[in-house]
Amino acid sequence: MLRIPCPFCGPRDHSEFSYLGDATVTRPEAEAPLDEWFGYVYLRDNPRGRHREHWHHAQGCRQWLVVERDTLTHEILGALPAREGSPAAGPAAGKDAAE
Amino acid sequence: MSQPFRLPAGGALDRSRELRFSFDGRDYRGHPGDTLASALLANGVRLLGRSFKYHRPRGLFSAGPEEPNALVELRSGARREPNTRATVAELYDGLAAASQHAWPSLRWDVGALNGLAAPFIPAGFYYKTFMGPTRRAWMVYEHFIRKAAGLGRAAREPDPDRYEKRHGFCDLLVVGSGPAGLAAALAAGRAGARVVLAEQDFRLGGQLLSNGERVGGKSGPDWVAAVEAELASLPNVEILTRTSAFGLYDGRVAGLVERVADHKPEPEHGEPRQRLHLLRCGEIVLAAGAIERPLVFANNDLPGVMLASAARTYARRYAARAGTRAVLFASHDAAYAELPALLEADIQVAAVIDPRPNGSASVRELARDLGIEVRSGQAVARAHGGRALVGVEAAPFEAGTGAGGRWTGPADFISCDLLCVAGGWTPTLHLHSHSQGKTVWDPRLLTFRPGENPQGHRSVGACNGSFTLSTCLAEGFAAGAAAAAACGFEASAPALPATVPEPGAEAEAEPLALFACPKPASRGGKAFVDIQDDVAVSDIGLAEREGYRSVEHLKRYTTLGMGTDQGKTANVNGLAVMAELRGLTVPEVGHTTFRPPYTPVTLGALGGREVGRAFRPVRRTPLHDWHLRNGAVMVEAGLWLRPRYYPKPGEGLFEAQNREAKHVRRAVGLSDVSTLGKIDVQGPDAAAFLDRVYCNTFSSLPVGKARYGLMLREDGIVLDDGTTTRLSETRFFMTTTTAEAAAVMAHLEFLLQAVWPELRVNVASVTDQWAGIAVAGPRSRRLLEKAVEGCPVDDAALPFMGVAEGRIAGVPVRIFRISFSGERAYEVNVAADHGPLVWEALMEAGKELEVIPYGLEALAVLRIEKGHVAGPEIDGRTTPEDLGLGRMVSKKKADFVGRRLLGREGFDDPARPRLVGLVPTDGRTKIAAGSILVGQRDLHPPIEKLGHVTSVTWSENLGKPIALAFLSGGRERLGQKLYAAYPLRNRIVEVEVTPSCFIDPEGERLRG
Ligand SMILES: [Zn+2]
Repeated sequence: MLRIPCPFCGPRDHSEFSYLGDATVTRPEAEAPLDEWFGYVYLRDNPRGRHREHWHHAQGCRQWLVVERDTLTHEILGALPAREGSPAAGPAAGKDAAE
Repeated sequence: MSQPFRLPAGGALDRSRELRFSFDGRDYRGHPGDTLASALLANGVRLLGRSFKYHRPRGLFSAGPEEPNALVELRSGARREPNTRATVAELYDGLAAASQHAWPSLRWDVGALNGLAAPFIPAGFYYKTFMGPTRRAWMVYEHFIRKAAGLGRAAREPDPDRYEKRHGFCDLLVVGSGPAGLAAALAAGRAGARVVLAEQDFRLGGQLLSNGERVGGKSGPDWVAAVEAELASLPNVEILTRTSAFGLYDGRVAGLVERVADHKPEPEHGEPRQRLHLLRCGEIVLAAGAIERPLVFANNDLPGVMLASAARTYARRYAARAGTRAVLFASHDAAYAELPALLEADIQVAAVIDPRPNGSASVRELARDLGIEVRSGQAVARAHGGRALVGVEAAPFEAGTGAGGRWTGPADFISCDLLCVAGGWTPTLHLHSHSQGKTVWDPRLLTFRPGENPQGHRSVGACNGSFTLSTCLAEGFAAGAAAAAACGFEASAPALPATVPEPGAEAEAEPLALFACPKPASRGGKAFVDIQDDVAVSDIGLAEREGYRSVEHLKRYTTLGMGTDQGKTANVNGLAVMAELRGLTVPEVGHTTFRPPYTPVTLGALGGREVGRAFRPVRRTPLHDWHLRNGAVMVEAGLWLRPRYYPKPGEGLFEAQNREAKHVRRAVGLSDVSTLGKIDVQGPDAAAFLDRVYCNTFSSLPVGKARYGLMLREDGIVLDDGTTTRLSETRFFMTTTTAEAAAVMAHLEFLLQAVWPELRVNVASVTDQWAGIAVAGPRSRRLLEKAVEGCPVDDAALPFMGVAEGRIAGVPVRIFRISFSGERAYEVNVAADHGPLVWEALMEAGKELEVIPYGLEALAVLRIEKGHVAGPEIDGRTTPEDLGLGRMVSKKKADFVGRRLLGREGFDDPARPRLVGLVPTDGRTKIAAGSILVGQRDLHPPIEKLGHVTSVTWSENLGKPIALAFLSGGRERLGQKLYAAYPLRNRIVEVEVTPSCFIDPEGERLRG
């Protein structure tokens, strides 16, 4: 029964969203070494504590969000549009600073 | 006399009315205010069920939701409900209950022979006997064991009742309406906070209803009534009785189930049976109370052995006598406070057996004043009786350092028909734990108490380990005021009313750390820790000896605490026994995790209105009504309802499918393809985007042309396929498969927003905006020529993969020349609302050309004949190369989804299964979809699996069965003879490997 503060719709019940997963991975350059691609496609950290994840407001505004969530307490700490929060788009996207 | 154990006066009953009810077919009488349990007790019915494993006779053990024994089947037919606790089933006129788990009858139970065999049925017996090398025996005996075990029978008919869900909000949820809960609700309610007070009982008050204590100069029940009246007068307070808070969830959401109509014969017209509340709370105060802990000794499960507080509740609240001559076996002071209630109920108390060498002086004095003998330093060694208790053996006892002790002298016999056990109280920690609250061991109370709660829920009163009335009220007031203040209300704790506790209730001396008495000197009698699951002290010993020592292993090996009661009265004793065996303290052993639900919740309540079609809605195409009017047999395909075939008189599925498929290749047919996913892709970078989305190229596609596209996942596996058309330099019309439409849409949105936000592209789903009609067959062009206005449809103007815009029946249409069947074919798209008009116009125009509608089955036949891949082949494991589409993958494009990992060497393995066709060598035997392909007829292992069959059909056009399959080596094996084996049905067919395209491999029919 989480509530996600959608930047476009306001706080909404998590049942309106679908979950994708880790938002801290970055799609490599097309010609990056195969290892890097394996990491992007298959390898995921399973952090205890603050984590950034992709959620899709599928039954709302259809926007992809980067949601910061505490995997231990399930607390939702904030949400950004994926456009702004995605790893490809800037400094907000790196691994969690608290780690 | 009816109700022989009913007291002549007292109790919270409406004696002016009599309710008739039955148990195992016999009729009894009770009153409004009774539970089924109290009414049975008042009628002198003491044997209520047989135990789970040994079929031992069992009676009432408690008076509340913790009841382990008195599980009955309530009602009949579609409303039959098994495993209902008689202690919480409210009596209504006409209630019919039956004992369960007894055959042929409760009194003469064949399964009780298991009891005689008890020494041979220890913990893990079934597992050890049947799951080891003798596993085969399980196959033989399972039916009989399952018949003898198991609890009640569920109804077989659909549930006739309606259930509701309510999503609510409040400032403060108070769980429990004993003194602490009432105090919290009052403090917050007076401050103006929106309060919901939830009580599982049908009356507020908790222990105050029967414990004899006085508050503010009133009796307990009178004070409760006054508080209830005040709360009811506050518009900001909602009182929910018959409502169990069964779980606390993330985000301060509580799950509650309100039994709206369970106390009536059936719900009134329009009334739900139960209502599920999902309540989002600002603050939560837990005042869930505590559950009395029994003491464990030999034969402690006999009917007549009962929690002391339950005997008092039956006496005072229900005016029902739990027996005639009682013994109280108590290891702590406060239990003595139950004595006056027993005497009031005209129950003679033969003795108090107190294992402490010296209880406190005040309670010994109390007993002496009541004329009751106290046997200090003794314990109950064994209970005696057949179907009911007849007496107990009490013996001198010396407490040990851990959970038990030792006998120090011979036992003597005290006759009694009621043995009240009182080992202390266990705070109800469940909801606290659901919210990740910690628990701490309280060595003074000999139980776990709530520790820190990370969500800030406040536990007050008995569930906080606070057992005196004044403390309960003080904690409740303080927590209610603090919670209201936290919600922004100005609040202060009300002044504490004067309280008069029951004599003895406020303990002085320490309780004794006694959980289970040692085995009696002479043999005989099992001592049960978990009465519902028949888990005895000896079973815990066995678990310990066999290494199942951690609480999680102990639970699963012995089934301790795994029944419908979840071991509410059993768990602490079980942990203490294990601690003793391991030489540890109880907190060192720890406890298992509490998980929702606290008490059983019906599936109906969880489902609510989302049942049947409301659970799984269907999507209908714009042409739905036409299909029905024209005799289509419909089928669910995903969420869609689609026409499967259109039978003519006398035709079954097979005949209709063959006729339709053959007709399309000979003349012309229409099929409804509105379900295909349709996505409008627009923007300056639309072509560049599609180049990255598909593995083939779209930027080179001329305006007005369509192209078949293949989409991959990043791991190189095919995600979906479909035809996409360029409508202008900056606009594409994408189609997806029916099944993957939603997934593809989300995928595109992800790529545009999270991966390449710099691309100036927008996507919009337009699936529902368009009706799609496939016009397929050699006469399809002639049909369109008759129907279409405003654009030429000859091959020059509309070649294969061309697009045209014109009108049919005066309505604008878009016509794509694409084909799924391999025939000359077109797909007409029209605004959804005009779909039926255009379809009918096409049918009309095609009359002379013998046009027919064809369904999903014929569609599948045609695509398998043509070797087109679909869902069974694009199964999340196959690459373009596997599908025979490797040449589509662009070698030039710098990047597209899936490009890099498609280059993995594993995907180039020549042994990878690749798409092929199959025909049976005899030309007629059906091949089963899902068959494995092997090179040998003999199926004894080891067998090398060469591949598997994905799609099969009878091809009327070819006059034989055909199949698509993935085969290691693929086309290298063309012409080879293999076997398609289906071992589950013992079927094996010799097949020949063919190309996957069975009809017109050169595409001459397609291009016309
Ligand atoms: Zn949104």
